[in-house]
Amino acid sequence: MAEREQKRRSAPERTETETVEDAPASTERAEKLKAELDDILDEIDEVLEDNAEEFVRNYVQKGGQ
Amino acid sequence: MAIRKVLGIETEYGIHGTGAESNPVSASSLLVNAYAAEVDRRTGWDFEDETPGNDARGFAREGSMPPMVETHLANTVLTNGARYYVDHAHPEYSTPECSDPLEAVLHDKAGEEVLRRSMLAALNYPGNPVVIVYKNNSDGKGNSYGCHENYLMDRNVPFTKVVTGIVPHFVTRAIYTGAGKVGSETASFGGARIEFQLTQRAEFFEELVGLETTLKRPIVNTRDEPHADPRRFRRLHVIVGDANLSEVATFLKLGTTALVLAMIEDEAMPARELSLEDPVRAMHRVSADLSLAEPLPVVDGTTITALELQWELFTAARRYAKEHGLAALGEESVGEMVLDRWEAVLHGLETDPTSLVHQLDWVAKHHLLEGYRERHGCDWGDSRLAALDLQYHDLRPERSLFARLSMERLVEDADVARAVTEPPLGTRAWFRGKCLARWPEAVVTANWDSLVFDLGTDPLRRVPMMDPLKGTAEHTASLLDACSGPADLLDRLSS
Repeated sequence: MAEREQKRRSAPERTETETVEDAPASTERAEKLKAELDDILDEIDEVLEDNAEEFVRNYVQKGGQ
Repeated sequence: MAIRKVLGIETEYGIHGTGAESNPVSASSLLVNAYAAEVDRRTGWDFEDETPGNDARGFAREGSMPPMVETHLANTVLTNGARYYVDHAHPEYSTPECSDPLEAVLHDKAGEEVLRRSMLAALNYPGNPVVIVYKNNSDGKGNSYGCHENYLMDRNVPFTKVVTGIVPHFVTRAIYTGAGKVGSETASFGGARIEFQLTQRAEFFEELVGLETTLKRPIVNTRDEPHADPRRFRRLHVIVGDANLSEVATFLKLGTTALVLAMIEDEAMPARELSLEDPVRAMHRVSADLSLAEPLPVVDGTTITALELQWELFTAARRYAKEHGLAALGEESVGEMVLDRWEAVLHGLETDPTSLVHQLDWVAKHHLLEGYRERHGCDWGDSRLAALDLQYHDLRPERSLFARLSMERLVEDADVARAVTEPPLGTRAWFRGKCLARWPEAVVTANWDSLVFDLGTDPLRRVPMMDPLKGTAEHTASLLDACSGPADLLDRLSS
């Protein structure tokens, strides 16, 4: 495990660029994402096929390449 | 010096026909024929030089035959240089040869637009048949259909070296190229319950190297059919990928692969041993591992995660860019964009995958489905989630879930619309497309590496195009402009 941990850090050029996002910005982003997702979920039933089970069952394809 | 990575994508689309068009072969033909009639395209495909049975490992045919070429099915060539046809009961769109990964993204999107226009064109036929098109790779019931990539390679590089170099990339690039899928549908996970996996395709792969594409699918496909001068070129036919809707994912899939192939040609691969102990099993495990932390056994006895392996390739690619330049990927800015995007996406996956929710298909789909699950309190086995999964890939703008997710764009709609009819400037697709646009009645058949003209008097005349980087706008625009007609063109070409 220790060996793996060490290897995980082995890509040299990125350790420098790894910055810890400060907490408020991160929370703000998470909230924005959540709000955006909520909006989509509010409308999704309009788009969702009426009978999901039947729709999924009937989606049968011939195998291809 | 690595050769220019001319590239393209072939996509077999999933279809669902209703009523009279429930037969998938006739529904696929309807789409292609309806579109061809609308744009008045009658030029067929020329099969003379097709050799899908040739094997890159040196033998001509294996015991099992490659897929039949179904010459009687709908098949057309478009003025943008693309081929649009029916293959294995699916409509298939092969982009024209593109000169860099960004241009290939544009033409992949143009292909989606052609399929959308086909759905609308089909509606005008008797009975107003509804045929719905999905850009995905499986039906969730064990049937898969492909999205293949093609890359031009130097024939001098031994095929075994290509295999060794590219397999670790093919197994692990799925962490950003996967299109995401609810559940599993094969025996590849030994009965383990899979709620959601990164890729549509990974579980359908059973071999390391082989000629097949429809069963016992291999990670590296050996079809040796260069569609170009076979003494100079190889075409690497890549069958492991998912069909992406995300432009960022398509760009990375093509860009990183083209770059790693250039590195193989220039012997600039990482020093660290990256050959996996069991690549097929590793491919399945990577797909099932949403933590991206699963250690994969390497042949030297160590282990590596998919993310670590991608960092190794990326680091070597940065070094390669410094030492060799990125001319193999086209304009400097495109190669730089591949590197920057690659680094950003690995960093995002490592720190917080949800930061990539507007960039990667599997992250976007997973985020949406998790939200739905939370709101409705449903289990992963709920058929509403499987329905949402399918609808992510629905190409109808009003039904597509992908279209609702504000995904990042790399190309403009106006450019996509232009690419529906206009060929790339920098490959032989330009000559093919322009001859078809100018003299549709004279070009009787086309192929990737030739055009056949019927001038009405002489025997049919074939114009070979054995170099994908000849026949560009730069080479042939003034010639075509100067010609009074196809007969004049053939006279000038043969003089």
